[in-house]
Amino acid sequence: MNAIVEWFTDPANWTGPDGVPTRLGEHLFYTLLALSIAALIAIPIGLWIGHTGRGGFAVVSLANSLRALPTFGVLVLLANSFGIGLAPPIVALVVLAIPPVLAGTYAGVQAVDRAIVDAARGMGMGEREILTRVELPNGLPLIIGGLRSATLQIIATATIAAYVALGGLGRYIIDGLSVRDFAEMAAGSILLALLAIVTDLVLAGLQRALVSPGLRPAQASRPRPRRLRAVA
Amino acid sequence: MIEFRGVTKRFPDGTVAVDALDLTVADGCVTVFVGPSGCGKTTSLRMINRMIEPTGGTILIDGADIMAGDAARMRRGIGYVMQQAGLLPHRSILDNIATVPMLLGWSKARARARAAELMEIVGLAPETARRYPNQLSGGQQQRVGVARALAADPPILLMDEPFSAVDPVVRESLQDELLRLQAELGKTIVFVTHDIDEAVKLGDKVAVFRQGGHLAQYDEPGHLLARPADDFVDGFVGRDRGYRGLGFRSHRLPLGELTTTSLGSPAVGNGAWTLVVDDASRPQGWCARRDGADGTAVTAEHLVPGGTLYDVTSGSLRSALDAALSSPSGQGVAVAGAGRVVGSVSADDVLAALASARAEEAAA
Repeated sequence: MNAIVEWFTDPANWTGPDGVPTRLGEHLFYTLLALSIAALIAIPIGLWIGHTGRGGFAVVSLANSLRALPTFGVLVLLANSFGIGLAPPIVALVVLAIPPVLAGTYAGVQAVDRAIVDAARGMGMGEREILTRVELPNGLPLIIGGLRSATLQIIATATIAAYVALGGLGRYIIDGLSVRDFAEMAAGSILLALLAIVTDLVLAGLQRALVSPGLRPAQASRPRPRRLRAVA
Repeated sequence: MIEFRGVTKRFPDGTVAVDALDLTVADGCVTVFVGPSGCGKTTSLRMINRMIEPTGGTILIDGADIMAGDAARMRRGIGYVMQQAGLLPHRSILDNIATVPMLLGWSKARARARAAELMEIVGLAPETARRYPNQLSGGQQQRVGVARALAADPPILLMDEPFSAVDPVVRESLQDELLRLQAELGKTIVFVTHDIDEAVKLGDKVAVFRQGGHLAQYDEPGHLLARPADDFVDGFVGRDRGYRGLGFRSHRLPLGELTTTSLGSPAVGNGAWTLVVDDASRPQGWCARRDGADGTAVTAEHLVPGGTLYDVTSGSLRSALDAALSSPSGQGVAVAGAGRVVGSVSADDVLAALASARAEEAAA
């Protein structure tokens, strides 16, 4: 226990290319990159199949079979084929993140009350307007839910980037393991857990800010003091 | 004017919802489509704004075929109110009402100003503007639904069982409100309901549909009650139709004398009951002869609540008969402008008036 505290209080661990800020920055960079690519692929597909109701079964089955792929296996396979670099771990993480984002988006759009969509159409909204002004904002809680679970999975799994000679918080775990430095491994794990918790809090705040108050349970959507907004 | 010409809707599974419907909806009137479930009334309504496309025949609005042009654009010119209001849950009440003006490209400020104006017209308190649909009661949501449909001032309003999901008291007030609005706005309204009472109350004309999408009768509500076209309509129009039919007859009734007194004065007159009125001679209630007949003052404790009132300026024979039947004394209280008591009506007078009205009709 002392060793872990010592590790955290050692100034050498907070500076330089192997310092916590750098590793944290790398880890966040991998996470954001993989999440953005996964979102760019999965959200449009999810919106489209949710809106049309077509191809839903096939796409969701495919996405679920992606879940069965072991990320580590994908990484090793890609690294063997394409060599060491940023691409193999990012692709592996994107593959990991697509299923939850796709399922969340599809379910979010699908769950919008058909009577509301019918009303929107009856008022003269075109299909694109129905999708962007009705289905997207009403499906947002589930869509963001999918993004949150994908983000947590990416943060946890991005440690494997270190396995293929990249950075990130995984460095501490893998390097610590190779030299039996358990304090370093534990410190890496703690940082990882903290990062996951803080990121999820930020995303929860984002969800609060983006989702219309009208979609919260009636009791909670009474006008609230501004102060709470600022925290979020 | 909306014209159905041989309109048929056959669904892909082969069921015929509407079968060769010919019907003309007049401008500025409330036309009610009524019938049991599965009679094609909602399908007929939804074909007007192309929410369902007919498989045969044509529908014309002011002479133009509705199938020409873009469906979404065309729907923006027709108000649409549906059963559960169908409000957009993520938008505030104000923005829900502003939906169609915004689709039409109005500026946000203008659309919201128009929405605020409509909230007042349909009787929504201004403080509800920033609330969300899930914070409103069913009745309030329906008011928002009506306001939203009226926002862009469309000449036609389609209403698909708009009041069926609210409780009877709220439903009645919404119906009265709709009639008041319609008197001001004079829209062409097509209204679907399965409730014949609602149809008869709201409709200038009522189209009764029977199963299989056939039109059984298309008539003014008074005629529908007085002369159902066949057994189906007779059965559907239901019990009490004779009594309800009186609602569509106005006739000059002879008014009887009524002895009145006021609170604090003794009861007068020879009858068993005395009507108590206030300073402006508006009815307060009835007083039984034993209270105050001995010369003591009538107090509020003596008052027996009166029945319904018969307004001689606008009342029908139905309201006159109801006034007589619901009054504890058997004498219906007839009032004129500002609720001033002008006399009494009895059930016998109403029946005599009905007999003479029928004789006149037979002679004509």
